[in-house]
Amino acid sequence: MTLVKTQIGRRAFIVNTGLASGGLVLGFSWLNACKPEQASKMAAMEMPKEWFEINAYLKIGDNGVATIYSPNPEFGQNVKTSMPMIVAEELDIDWDKVLVEQAPFNSQLFGRQFTGGSQGIRRGWEGLRMAGATARQMLKEAAAQAWQVPAAEITTAAGILKHEASGKTAGYGEMAAAAAKLPVPEEVVLKEVKDFAIVGHSKKNVDGNEIVTGKPMFGVDYKPEGTLIAMPVFPPAFGLKLKDFDASSVKAMPGIVDVFTIKTLEDDYVRNGFDTDTHTEPIIIVGKSTWEVMQAKKALRAEWQPFEAHTHTVAGWGGEQKVTVPAGLESSRDHLASMQAFDTKPARVARRDGDPEAAFKKAAKIVERSYSCPFLAHNCMEPMNFYAHVTDEKADLAGPLQAPELIEGTLAARLGLPIEKIDIHLTRMGGGFGRRAYSHHAVEAALASRQVKAPVLLMYSREDDMHFGIYRPAYHATYRAALDENNNLLAFHVKAGGIPETPLHANRFPAGAIDNYLAEAWDIPSNITIGAFRAPRSNFIAGAEQSFLDELAEEMGKDPIDFRLELLERATTNPVGENNDYEADRYAGVLKLVKEKSGWGAAGAGVSRGVAAYFCHNSYAAHVLDLKMENGRPKVDKVTCAIDCGIVVNPDAAANMAEGAIVDGVGNAMFGEMSFSDGQPDKSNFDNYRMIRMLEAPREIDVHFVQNEIAPTGMGEPPFPPVFGAYANALYKATGTRHYHQPFLSDKPRIIG
Amino acid sequence: MATFNLNINGSQREVDVDPATPMLWVLRDHLNLVGTKYGCGISQCGSCTIHLNGVATRACMLPVSAVGNQEVTTIEGLSENGDHPVQQAWLEVDVPQCGYCQAGQIMSAAALLKNNPSPTDAEIEGAMNGNICRCGTYVRIKKAIKLAAASTKEA
Repeated sequence: MTLVKTQIGRRAFIVNTGLASGGLVLGFSWLNACKPEQASKMAAMEMPKEWFEINAYLKIGDNGVATIYSPNPEFGQNVKTSMPMIVAEELDIDWDKVLVEQAPFNSQLFGRQFTGGSQGIRRGWEGLRMAGATARQMLKEAAAQAWQVPAAEITTAAGILKHEASGKTAGYGEMAAAAAKLPVPEEVVLKEVKDFAIVGHSKKNVDGNEIVTGKPMFGVDYKPEGTLIAMPVFPPAFGLKLKDFDASSVKAMPGIVDVFTIKTLEDDYVRNGFDTDTHTEPIIIVGKSTWEVMQAKKALRAEWQPFEAHTHTVAGWGGEQKVTVPAGLESSRDHLASMQAFDTKPARVARRDGDPEAAFKKAAKIVERSYSCPFLAHNCMEPMNFYAHVTDEKADLAGPLQAPELIEGTLAARLGLPIEKIDIHLTRMGGGFGRRAYSHHAVEAALASRQVKAPVLLMYSREDDMHFGIYRPAYHATYRAALDENNNLLAFHVKAGGIPETPLHANRFPAGAIDNYLAEAWDIPSNITIGAFRAPRSNFIAGAEQSFLDELAEEMGKDPIDFRLELLERATTNPVGENNDYEADRYAGVLKLVKEKSGWGAAGAGVSRGVAAYFCHNSYAAHVLDLKMENGRPKVDKVTCAIDCGIVVNPDAAANMAEGAIVDGVGNAMFGEMSFSDGQPDKSNFDNYRMIRMLEAPREIDVHFVQNEIAPTGMGEPPFPPVFGAYANALYKATGTRHYHQPFLSDKPRIIG
Repeated sequence: MATFNLNINGSQREVDVDPATPMLWVLRDHLNLVGTKYGCGISQCGSCTIHLNGVATRACMLPVSAVGNQEVTTIEGLSENGDHPVQQAWLEVDVPQCGYCQAGQIMSAAALLKNNPSPTDAEIEGAMNGNICRCGTYVRIKKAIKLAAASTKEA
């Protein structure tokens, strides 16, 4: 038994918090003829006549049915199922008696409602368990008072309270009214992991039925009667701003209501790190229907001019700092030349162990390789959009975003409204991948609504979405290894940078495994906006590092898995340095598991295999990728994957996410590329930005999890970065050629590398 | 503007729109059938797939004026109770991640199976290659299509 103090998120446990059981939490209900979410499941269930709120996370009906609120925004990682599973586990209720609803955005009640950084389950774990356990304890107390027996003698199972000695039993519904009036317990008992009946047992997506029947769930579907459509017109290139435009050229077009400019961020506004927005002065066209606004967008005549370098202030964890956005119209060809030039200059030393310079001097052999990757666009299937209805008194917003708390303050400042007058409803997101952590589109919608004094749904076209990206940066890394005459590894050197940030993680593997180690970083400023993209920085550096280790193993005459395990053995038993931010034995664990499950060393005829492993977002992942050449093209036949992310809450859903990460990785390794010419993105839609399709996807993906009782760590991102290395290493085996520059299968001449 | 009488999911619906308006926006903006999704507007991603006389068709480049009295089926009309074999197979395999593209995937899959009840892997890949899933659920989509094919044969 684990006894814990109920201190985390305590506000959420205060009874009668004012979280109404009606309209406030239903969110979408009015859109769908007042049908609550999960209408189908509810129809099949006898609904309670009355609900009793136990805490902010759950309410229990008089017939024992529970509604559990999922606090985090959902973008396909299935937290809307897995977070309530954790609550239900500790509540000790039958999953069939649970209804799930999206919680409202209310950080005072729910704390961090940020879906990103693979932290949803990791950081929600303790609070969600406590929400369920607290409710169970209150139900026990209520039964104890009713039956006049000690609460400690009451047990629970699947929503039933039982007192063994007196033979009394009651369903949760019978005690819910009394429980809701009790004080919140100071301490609660948490279940032992071995006793889990829901966590660790796969449950279907709670929104599955709504998805396959096309119910309104997404931001683009949020359009109450009277909502106008707004679309932005951005400068055609980074480095340009608006000079002038001719509103009359479109104002008379059918269905057009208004054309105007907005300014999303005032020049002196102190931004937070997620207020990323290069195009702060778009033209907005508002009309009655999407098609009519799209026609006006095409017809609008506007002139653009280069902007000067300018500076704004960003408040970050390290205090306020000035950020300068350089002027200029940048091109990918110049980026390549700049990165290659920086690669030869002295850089910032991020870590030094031993005497790497001396070791390189006495080396019998030096292996040196350089790697690069281009910018990437997120390309969420649901383009950026947001609903807003702003009046002088309040702002009502709804839409897809990963981090409502990061835009709330910006909205308040920009609209001149107190935060409590701003209500943000969380809609299901049609993909996120980091892009929706940046919510400038919510500000654009709010300003558009204020201007036209009506509710608006602000929509990006696919071209807007791709052209105003907050892209994955372009990166470059050079790796060097010093070997002695017996091919022993003497020293290791990594020097990595990018536009505009370095991908280096100086304290990750193989730091800690090599006596003489040097890590250096550099960066080149740019006016192209960048931001988080599934496993930021790791999504490049993992592939580069794991490709280099593969080549090094071959040079040293070692099996690639054995070579990594030797390094990890050193890092486990006698680590170099103290700041190694990975657990070497868990890292080795996924490599051993993937070796076993893939039947490493016994690849079938015509199969070329590549291996890679990586640690990020507190979790470990390793892949063995099987590649076959078919009609002269590489085809991924199978990927075997091993992950250590601690306790797996919903195994089948976690496997789905790993499968998706692998497909995403294979696609970006093969084709992913955004390039620029004179500031203008070269690609604008899926006809020229190549995305992976079913024909190119792996035929089979086999996901395995390391079984342990460690509290859950990240899952959405960790399986993504190592795919690039496994793919490159398999491609080498298949073709005899090492691939250093992504994308590996570009049909066009390389922009970079 | 012009008036069109459309046969959508078995009902006659009247809309007054610009004849060039693609069916995607007629469905979404004028008929409040929002299950059909916008993804690219140029028939490249398949999110807007509907059935036109039973044939999988991208609604984003289909002008309303070209529809006439052909039968239009959207995800909302694929089955009465969400129990089309493809929808059931999607739930059984738990295919969706974000879910945004899935209505289009299901409409493409349902049209495939209608014409070819036992497709080979190559036939599935060929029929589904016009539907992008950014979350990467392709392995499950293929599995669900095979399951739907098998369950239809049993029935």
